[in-house]
Amino acid sequence: MAPMHTAVLTKGVPDFREGKVAFDEEGHLERGNTPTVMNPNDEHALRAALQTRVRHGGRVSVMSMGPPGYEDVLREAMASVYADDCVLVSDKQFAAADTWATAITLATALERLGDPDLVFAGFKTADGETGHTGPQTCWCLDVPVVTHVVALDIDPEDRTLRAKRLVEGDVEEIETVETSLPAFVVADPEFEPSYRTARHRLERKRLRAEARERAEDIDDHLTYWDHEDLNLDPDYVGLDGSPTIVSGVDPIPRAPAEREATEVDPTDPEAMGSVVEELTPYAGGD
Amino acid sequence: MSSEPDVGFDSAAAVDGGEAFEAVVVGAGPGGAAAAAVLADNGVETLVLERGVEAGSKNVSGGLLYAEESAPFALDDLFPGVREAATERPVTRNYMDCLGDGNVHTIDLSGVHEHDTAWCDSVLRRRLDSWLAERVHERTAAAGAGLLTGVHVDGLLWEDGEIVGVTCDELDPIRADLVVAADGVNSELAREAGLMDWDEPEEWFQGVKATVDVPPAAVNERFGIDENEGVARLFAGDLFEGVRGGGFLYTNRDSLSIGTVFHLDSLAAERAEPHELLDALLTHPHLGRWLPDEYEEREYAAKLVPDSKKAAHPSPHRGRLLLVGDAAGQMQAQGPIIKGMNHAVSAGGLAAEAFLEARNRRDTDAAGERYERKLHGSGLFSKLKPRRYGAVGRLGEREAVADAVDDLVDSRLGRLGVRVAGGVVGRAFNSPFLLGALPDTRSAYATVPTVLAEELGAPVDAENGAEPPSLEERIGDLTYDTDVGNAHIELVDDGYDASGAAVTACPVSADGFGGGCYREETVRANGDEERVVSLDTQPCIECGTCAVVAETEWTHPRGGKGVDFHEG
Ligand SMILES: Cc1cc2nc3c(=O)[nH]c(=O)nc-3n(C[C@H](O)[C@H](O)[C@H](O)COP(=O)(O)OP(=O)(O)OC[C@H]3O[C@@H](n4cnc5c(N)ncnc54)[C@H](O)[C@@H]3O)c2cc1C
Ligand code: SF4
Repeated sequence: MAPMHTAVLTKGVPDFREGKVAFDEEGHLERGNTPTVMNPNDEHALRAALQTRVRHGGRVSVMSMGPPGYEDVLREAMASVYADDCVLVSDKQFAAADTWATAITLATALERLGDPDLVFAGFKTADGETGHTGPQTCWCLDVPVVTHVVALDIDPEDRTLRAKRLVEGDVEEIETVETSLPAFVVADPEFEPSYRTARHRLERKRLRAEARERAEDIDDHLTYWDHEDLNLDPDYVGLDGSPTIVSGVDPIPRAPAEREATEVDPTDPEAMGSVVEELTPYAGGD
Repeated sequence: MSSEPDVGFDSAAAVDGGEAFEAVVVGAGPGGAAAAAVLADNGVETLVLERGVEAGSKNVSGGLLYAEESAPFALDDLFPGVREAATERPVTRNYMDCLGDGNVHTIDLSGVHEHDTAWCDSVLRRRLDSWLAERVHERTAAAGAGLLTGVHVDGLLWEDGEIVGVTCDELDPIRADLVVAADGVNSELAREAGLMDWDEPEEWFQGVKATVDVPPAAVNERFGIDENEGVARLFAGDLFEGVRGGGFLYTNRDSLSIGTVFHLDSLAAERAEPHELLDALLTHPHLGRWLPDEYEEREYAAKLVPDSKKAAHPSPHRGRLLLVGDAAGQMQAQGPIIKGMNHAVSAGGLAAEAFLEARNRRDTDAAGERYERKLHGSGLFSKLKPRRYGAVGRLGEREAVADAVDDLVDSRLGRLGVRVAGGVVGRAFNSPFLLGALPDTRSAYATVPTVLAEELGAPVDAENGAEPPSLEERIGDLTYDTDVGNAHIELVDDGYDASGAAVTACPVSADGFGGGCYREETVRANGDEERVVSLDTQPCIECGTCAVVAETEWTHPRGGKGVDFHEG
């Protein structure tokens, strides 16, 4: 039995917690002006991949598509899944791709990676929020996809996978499905890995120590692929290959951060009088 | 109580009824580390389970680690380089300061300190134990298993009335041919096996300690030492309101360990507040000589300490279960000198050797018997429970005798005797033989030292401006990972008579203090007022005191939960 090969797709997204998100005139996000972090939902994919690695061994690759600035994201992902290697699919030609063009690119890259037995992706990215990329990628690869996965049981020998998944994303309704490998798994935020045996925990600890060593010379484990490496026609990738038209982005106005406030001593009748006066116009009725 | 959701698939081990390892060592203190190292080095597949987030995060000692010449195992033999990498300072001077009525009389303890001592270093447990645990993991991993932290072993795995392994909060059951309980004082495993109980306050001390921040240069300057020297000072006399016990001060590289060790029965009976007793020491004028101008406390900590004279189990094993260290009560109070870590190391090594011999003879079930023979044959047990203490000490503790001795020492005749015999008393404190026979009475801890100070001492000529933090601040400075909704201690009887002693004896509770674990409350029932006790385990530092002085169902928190000591 060949060792399992698992790939995790991850993506850098603008850090919505701080810094301002900038858009250009055509409605495309100006990533240059926004700090990039790992897509928060990818953490669930990484957790699922780590559990698979701990239980069944083999090799784990992390893959991302994006500008060279994504390296930090890959570094973070690699550290959290204790990955063996990572691939950054990066080319000016790939820029401003929609989910369709991204899926074609990723599927081609996964083929080049050697058709992994299992591909994990997170549920929705924090920027696009479409949830399309994962399923579209497996459509390109022609492998079964299981979404909203909360628990996994893999039999590498039989080359089958059992998964518990939320039906319609509902925590109350869980179904168990079975499929064959290779397969594509979209982990739900509810995914909780389980390490209830000492050997699994020891293996996790061993992998962590190994990963720490690898992290010291990460460049040895990082590969860049451009459109030539992937043998992709520029017409099918990037902005040119994207059928989606973003008609416009409506920024949601933020509440004013500061409000005018005056502090009033509630025991001071004169000051309280002015408060009542101020509020009267807003009171219901007349 | 499992934290895992029940949506997951069962792991293979759960289906098969448990994973198996050749040996499981519970606890990564000095006892567990020693046992695991010897087992692993001899090719035994050994799993070590430690409940702290990191080894040492649950552990407290005063901090003098002795290596005895007569001991079967010393820590630096098992872990080469430990002194360079993980201890604080070699202790080159050891004194006892007897305090009384504003006077101090100092006895040089070099005699007893150096007797049978290959070396003695001060230690801080987080640093020491986490370093040891890394070495243990390397060696046990090479033997096919390893060390896991954050795992709380919550019980023994039984089959047909026999112990066959352990159960854990975080893991599926684990089977093993050998279970070493090196889980320290308040060993849940020793209790479940029926080998130890937590009923008698007389069998325990309570140790409380503050780690005080002092820059290395200031340590050297204040104590007149260089960085390769260290000082130990013990304190006895009239500073603890007659509670039986004493104080200590040890120099670390860049801090001081200052603490107290009291007999739990005395502490409970006097309704003394441990943190106030510690403060009495910290603010005593005599300590002003050594404390920095700005008193800065890094950590407040406490733990029970077994008294081997009463608690050491002569036959600490049952089936595959072998107890080592504090779990077996192997903590020796040699008069004012406290030796627990070194004996835990020896016992851990002996237990491992016993298993190896039994395994060679394909009779692993005989490991316990062999361990017991080694404990007695190596002389370790007679250090823990000297026969002469049995004869002299126990007699001396009988109340009538104790009072008579006390009165005698305090009488004019006695005082005259002390004056004449001052040097003799010093020699007595330096005699390991006599210390072993010393009865645990007021005379030893308070009356003799006080009278010595009063009769022979010189006035204390230092001032002390230290302002230790309040109990509330001390609790606030500690790190906790609270296991919300899972209290690890349950009050079985909330009546004041049954559990009221904990209100004062708990080191993070105090009479009239609302922010601690135990509180006294008054409830009205049928028109009567009733005194009851309530418990909130959030500030608990897992010292074990209330397991003995209150009616509780007492366990440690789940793995990684609860208090997280940084110094220890
Ligand atoms: C204030 C004070 C001063 C002291 N001074 C000295 C001194 O100067 N010199 C000296 O030699 N000794 C001293 N001692 C005593 C000394 O600390 C102990 O005797 C010694 O630590 C015992 O070692 P051990 O390995 O048996 O247990 P411990 O060091 O207590 O180790 C037990 C380990 O088991 C872990 N554990 C417990 N239960 C479980 C469980 N259920 N599952 C998983 N893990 C578990 C704990 O987290 C811990 O790491 C002092 C003690 C105190 C409190
Ligand atoms: S609650 Fe009990 S175990 Fe916790 S600190 Fe108080 S006395 Fe110690």
